[in-house]
Amino acid sequence: MQISINEIHDIITREALGEGSLIAALEEIQERYRYLPPEAIILASEQLGVPLSQTYAVATFYNAFSLKPKGKHNLCVCMGTACHVRGSPQLLDRLETNLGIEAGETSRDRLFTLETINCLGACALGPIVVTDGEYSGQMTIQKVDRILKGIVRAEEKLDAQN
Amino acid sequence: MLKIDSPAHLDTWRAELVDATDPERQRIAVCGDTSCRVYGSEKVWSAFTNEISQQGVDCSVDYDVKLTGCHGFCEKGPLVVIRPQGIFYTHVGVKDVPEIVSETVVGGRIIERLLYTDPNSGETIQQEEDVPFYKHQLRLILNLNGILDPSYIEEYITFGGYGSLSQVLFALTPEEVIEKVKMSGLRGRGGAGFPTGLKWELCRNQPGDVKYVICNADEGDPGAYMDRSIMEGNPHRVLEGMIIGGYAIGANHGYVYIRNEYPRAVKHLQRAIDQAEECGFLGENILGSGFDFKVRIKLGSGAFVCGEETALMQSIEGRVGEPRPRPPYPTESGLWGKPTNINNVKSWASVPIIFGKGVELFANIGTENSKGTAIFSVVGNINNTGLVEVPMGISLRELIFDIGGGIPNGKALKAVQIGGPSGGCIPAKHLDVPVDYESLNELGAIMGSGGMVIADEDTCMVDFARYFMAFTQEESCGKCVPCRLGTKAMLATLERICAGDGQPDDVDYLIELGNEIKSSSLCGLGQTAPNPVLSSIRYFRDEYEAHIMDATCPAGVCKGLITYSVIPENCTGCMVCLRNCPTDAISGGKQEIHVIDVEKCTRCGMCRSVCKFDAIKVI
Repeated sequence: MQISINEIHDIITREALGEGSLIAALEEIQERYRYLPPEAIILASEQLGVPLSQTYAVATFYNAFSLKPKGKHNLCVCMGTACHVRGSPQLLDRLETNLGIEAGETSRDRLFTLETINCLGACALGPIVVTDGEYSGQMTIQKVDRILKGIVRAEEKLDAQN
Repeated sequence: MLKIDSPAHLDTWRAELVDATDPERQRIAVCGDTSCRVYGSEKVWSAFTNEISQQGVDCSVDYDVKLTGCHGFCEKGPLVVIRPQGIFYTHVGVKDVPEIVSETVVGGRIIERLLYTDPNSGETIQQEEDVPFYKHQLRLILNLNGILDPSYIEEYITFGGYGSLSQVLFALTPEEVIEKVKMSGLRGRGGAGFPTGLKWELCRNQPGDVKYVICNADEGDPGAYMDRSIMEGNPHRVLEGMIIGGYAIGANHGYVYIRNEYPRAVKHLQRAIDQAEECGFLGENILGSGFDFKVRIKLGSGAFVCGEETALMQSIEGRVGEPRPRPPYPTESGLWGKPTNINNVKSWASVPIIFGKGVELFANIGTENSKGTAIFSVVGNINNTGLVEVPMGISLRELIFDIGGGIPNGKALKAVQIGGPSGGCIPAKHLDVPVDYESLNELGAIMGSGGMVIADEDTCMVDFARYFMAFTQEESCGKCVPCRLGTKAMLATLERICAGDGQPDDVDYLIELGNEIKSSSLCGLGQTAPNPVLSSIRYFRDEYEAHIMDATCPAGVCKGLITYSVIPENCTGCMVCLRNCPTDAISGGKQEIHVIDVEKCTRCGMCRSVCKFDAIKVI
């Protein structure tokens, strides 16, 4: 995704509503680009008058922020307690093996980012895997395989069309 | 929208709204909470609203359809309740909608297959209130969640909403409000159980014009989701509680600090704030009383430690969410150095009930020192996963077996984990303990924020403890040494035990280290982080010793200590496991008994999950 300095500038200005606005501004930028580009961190520091070290500290402290660009598709395994006792570690294992990456990483082709989340608060559905924002409940290893295959097939189709 | 400028005006509005409601009119409530939505409840709702006429179904009876908050019985979703009859349908799909309309709504007939079936008696149950899951509950805070549509403030008003606020602002002084909250016996529902009225008084008595109230909605405890459900299903009740709190304390500004993992809760709460401002329940000169109060939402960014009150305030101020030593307590020096009162979502939501239903009623519920109701999300290995509200003092047995429906697949209950990463586990032998602050503390658990995870016999308690330690270690902010390094050392030891490399003195080491971390950490996170480990050692020391001394995992969970093998008598040679094995560790031809190569096997569990004949065993 193209990074636009002007756009980042606008986001920061919009969120600059006095004290405590740094996190809100970074959240907006994260939402827009799905990561925090270095330009954004520097710009946020300058515009909000916060030392760069402090902005960097905030950007690396909170789990919601990422300093690395994310893959096209996001797979997120809920690791909440209810999901854990219903088998989410096995699902994560399976995804890590199949994608050849660990949780928190993005595949080399930038197609997948694999993440974990501490609890989605939808425990009746456990174990849950969220694929590009869509919740799938009561997941099994087979269902995870099917989801992955589905995405890969769709991507191959797209490639063929291009 | 109407601007309400006096209590009389509110009463008139409410009377109009109530008059406009026909109690005999059929009302269909479709659960719109996250779980039911994933099962397709939104489509069910829109089928009720849009698609009926197109399908040629007889719609001669007029009815209302609402997408409501969480009904609680998440396991059976999507849930549909038809009132006034109170008919309760489970697992409703879009295809069932035309039949529900023609049979039940128009024809007044029950559709047997959609009813809840009692797994014990095998009988179907028609009425929501007769379903055991609901029958044993006392839903004070959650009572309207399954009834009103949280998108409209009018719905809340119809059910008496903002009546407590109006009464408080015009009939009581702030001191009287505090006195009543004290008399009610309400204690902090975030888990620690500090008396709410006393906290308000401490904050009120601080000098200074600027004070803040904060609603702690950073529900980070994995396995707990009642705060989310309250904010999604009845956000105005939380706001009403906060406004009353602001009046009592003398604060004009409130913040709701809410997890960004809860986008729908944020949306519903923001909409509620906007509506309350338009109607004059928030803003300047509320209801003409001269009292001003505003609420803003602040989003968390995925840091568990921010549920700790001093870290939370740091985060609102835009900084890294690291806790600081107390005292000074937030009531003395909180947000931006001003006196600040922080309460949990459930505490705030209890406040309007205390004034609406009466202090006595609230104080008469529960035990001597724990008043009112407690909300638990009962999750894990349990038949009826869901949100449960019960009077304080109910026994764990009633909660798990009468309401929760017991353990699935005929397994035995092993332990109940209460209070998440800060709490502890209670073994099955203590099931008759009453659920209140003190009794749970005595057993090494805490009331906590209300996550209750049920573990069956297949749960390895060492692995379970390791899970929580991995969680708190990851979430430790790193500011104080005992928590930063201590949790790491505990985790490393637990991982070693789970991998089969445990040392004979590991258990004693964990106990000693755990107690040190508890006594020397800076904030609640570190002070409680060893609890899951210490309590599991207290009750399940034999499991730790089996891992260390006998190199076995009795529950068959810890990968380093288990092997998968085929049970020859059960194997039909169907080749399913063989085809699904990711590492080609299974050999054997069609109708030949399969064999697992232990060297190649990664213990992923695939073969066991695909086998239809129970032919894979783990030892």
